[in-house]
Amino acid sequence: MANEAQFEEPIQRVRRRLEELKSFADSPARDREVEKLEDKLQKVSREIYENLTPWQKTLVARHPNRPFTLDYVRILIRDFVEWHGDRSFADDPAIVAGFGFLGARAVAVIGHQKGRDTREKIRRNFGMPRPEGYRKALRVMKLAEKFGKPVLSFIDTPGAFPGLESEERGVAEAIARNLLEMSALRVPIVATVIGEGGSGGALGIGIGDVVLMLEHSVYSVISPEGCAAILWKDQARAKEAAEAMRLTAADCKALGVIDEVLPEPPGGAHADPVATIDTVGRAIDGRLERLVLLPVEALLEARYAKFRAMGAWESA
Amino acid sequence: MWFRKDKIPRAPRDPKTTSSLGEGLFLKCEGCREALYLKEVERNFRVCPKCGFHFRLPAAERLRLLLGDAGGQPLFGDVRPTDPLKFKDSKRYRDRLKESEAKTGRPDAILTAKGTIEDVPAIVAILDYAFMGGSMGSVVGEVLTRAAEQALAERVPLVIVTASGGARMQEGILSLMQMGKVSAALARLGAARVPYVAVLTDPTTGGVTASFAMLGDVTLAEPKALIGFAGPRVIEQTIRQTLPEGFQRSEFLQEHGFVDIVVQRAEMRATVARVLRLLQTA
Repeated sequence: MANEAQFEEPIQRVRRRLEELKSFADSPARDREVEKLEDKLQKVSREIYENLTPWQKTLVARHPNRPFTLDYVRILIRDFVEWHGDRSFADDPAIVAGFGFLGARAVAVIGHQKGRDTREKIRRNFGMPRPEGYRKALRVMKLAEKFGKPVLSFIDTPGAFPGLESEERGVAEAIARNLLEMSALRVPIVATVIGEGGSGGALGIGIGDVVLMLEHSVYSVISPEGCAAILWKDQARAKEAAEAMRLTAADCKALGVIDEVLPEPPGGAHADPVATIDTVGRAIDGRLERLVLLPVEALLEARYAKFRAMGAWESA
Repeated sequence: MWFRKDKIPRAPRDPKTTSSLGEGLFLKCEGCREALYLKEVERNFRVCPKCGFHFRLPAAERLRLLLGDAGGQPLFGDVRPTDPLKFKDSKRYRDRLKESEAKTGRPDAILTAKGTIEDVPAIVAILDYAFMGGSMGSVVGEVLTRAAEQALAERVPLVIVTASGGARMQEGILSLMQMGKVSAALARLGAARVPYVAVLTDPTTGGVTASFAMLGDVTLAEPKALIGFAGPRVIEQTIRQTLPEGFQRSEFLQEHGFVDIVVQRAEMRATVARVLRLLQTA
């Protein structure tokens, strides 16, 4: 990870000095110095994070300390109950799904889930769902539809799992089914890209009335490494691919693929997870407040029109 | 997503006078290794007369296979690609588009027409693998959406024939969104009970598989077509072992429950017509 987050080194240096200083005995001189360093930390973080390249954003989006779906759930969702299993084959820990309360409103939550330590990473399959994950998400969305709950979706995956059993059990069919069903689901859906929006594996839970995206998250048709491997036969050129692909939140907004970019604190979501989660929670709540007022037919018409308009073409 | 995964047969310089099977009078069958007389293979809709191996069929020939020599009334040929990302790898995307248009005579990787399959009216959309690997960008998404919307408005069944490496990288995230766009249009078509038949041919992978290819009321596939989400090489890298024989081929998908019928090319027209009659007759 060290080489991946090299651009963060100046921030880490200030942070280390700050920690060191804080361990000294209390004194007015120390306090003044701490204050100065804290200002500096803010300034350095802001400078670096305001000028991240697309590739650096990709690394930030994949940062192991970035808040994951269950971190959002812990802070935003009261009385959360996680449901398990797709009723056909298995439970997929790479996608979590359940019901709970956002403020006073009962909601369904679905989201990709990555792991932080090695054991958990493996258990969550690095956030790469198998078909069961998409089918579980759909089951819970249909449950939400049945009981009239809005759906919150959190997107954070490198992509659907490209393995043998994924193909055997039809991961393509599972994603396709979700696209079709989500486009017509009769309750509001707010999707938020919180980290990596990796291709079809992301879109498989990504159709919504509103799609939000954190400032340093990314959303792309293929990973920069995959793109580089195909276009230049060289994964090492991922940096260039990231530039070419226009995968940042600002790009996605400019291309009309998402509705709103949510700001991250200086130093990124992992520098202040609680503030980030609070920002996301407020944005979702504000959107839901308006969406629940719409008659279902108007909601579905607007959702169709939104995706219908995506793309760039000319026509006589 | 994964386009151009395996060896692409050399594409024709001019689709009207040459053949994608190569130049010259003879060719070697990829199935039985026999030397075949080119004309005979072409007359046979590019199926090996000795072993039944299915060569890839150019989009225009596919249209004739389904709609007959008249080929039906062309639709949406005016929808043209732009270059929203100003994308450039070893070549500019704009130049790739120009080359592909010169090669195929089409502005993008899709050919659509309204006609009759035997005596059953239908709208037929065919992905053209010769155009940038049949990849789906904004134009393919828009044309398929229009096709589904027209099918719905006229209550005429929709048939989509896939041959694609997946979403088109050169249009980035916009290509990904076409999966959602087309699937939403198919949801409406389905809700109105207008039939949609998916015909899967070699190869069908990535975002095309993970959207409309897997959403047919009935799903047909040509023999031994490669059909999957991730490309075989990517999977081999993931699991670090070689894949079993026949993995991700039509018969494998049928065995695992994702394809209704594996249909010989010679039977395709009659089969599609029969399926549509069965779905539509009261």
